[in-house]
Amino acid sequence: MLRVREELLGRIRAHGVKTYPHECCGALLGRDSDGSREVIELLELANRRLDSPRNRFEVTPDDVRLAERTGREKKLELLGWYHSHPDAPARPSEYDRDHAWPWYSYLIVSVEKGEPRDTKSWRLQDDRSGYELEAIETADRVTSIPSGPG
Amino acid sequence: MAVKVIIPTPLRAYAGKQQSVELEAATVGEALSALTNRFGELKKHLYADDGRLRSFVNVYVNDEDIRYLEKDQTHLREGDTISIVPSIAGGTRH
Repeated sequence: MLRVREELLGRIRAHGVKTYPHECCGALLGRDSDGSREVIELLELANRRLDSPRNRFEVTPDDVRLAERTGREKKLELLGWYHSHPDAPARPSEYDRDHAWPWYSYLIVSVEKGEPRDTKSWRLQDDRSGYELEAIETADRVTSIPSGPG
Repeated sequence: MAVKVIIPTPLRAYAGKQQSVELEAATVGEALSALTNRFGELKKHLYADDGRLRSFVNVYVNDEDIRYLEKDQTHLREGDTISIVPSIAGGTRH
């Protein structure tokens, strides 16, 4: 379960719209308690994948360390990452899976023709064979129920 | 050489929930081998099927990326700190 305030989801969608047709990316900072997570703050990052930003994103190790340091300063954990899929579903690709880390939440917002659509969060399975859908709970409702990758 | 390996948050569950691990090694390669021998579950997250470090796994010795040193042959000194730092990548299927 990933709790995210609607205001933060709105900022993630707006980031995806701003960078469309390129992918956006950023860090999710918050608190984890036995897998139940709450995102408290976002850290917008630049997509460092300059050769193909329409269908790829990259966060460099320096930016990862910046996100970890920012989290420590605010007494928050680095819970995971968000990125956008321009004109593609909010579902991890094979490329995503090849490059994913366990434990992190991977929140994906689909942006179609410049308009934000679905937002879903995923966690890599321990054996790296696939993802589990992580329910997103906003302040007042659950927006996606776990049902496995589609 | 006694060295310390800092485990990144996403891998701590596979390393006895420890933030860091102390071990004996003369090179970075030896240190990573000792680490994955002690915690076998770490291996699939650090190494690809061909036995190479995954491209998004970055290893630093005292803040210096081993790609700019001697990679896994980088020699260690007593008290060195090895950090495993993720880079994050992904994107759509097309």
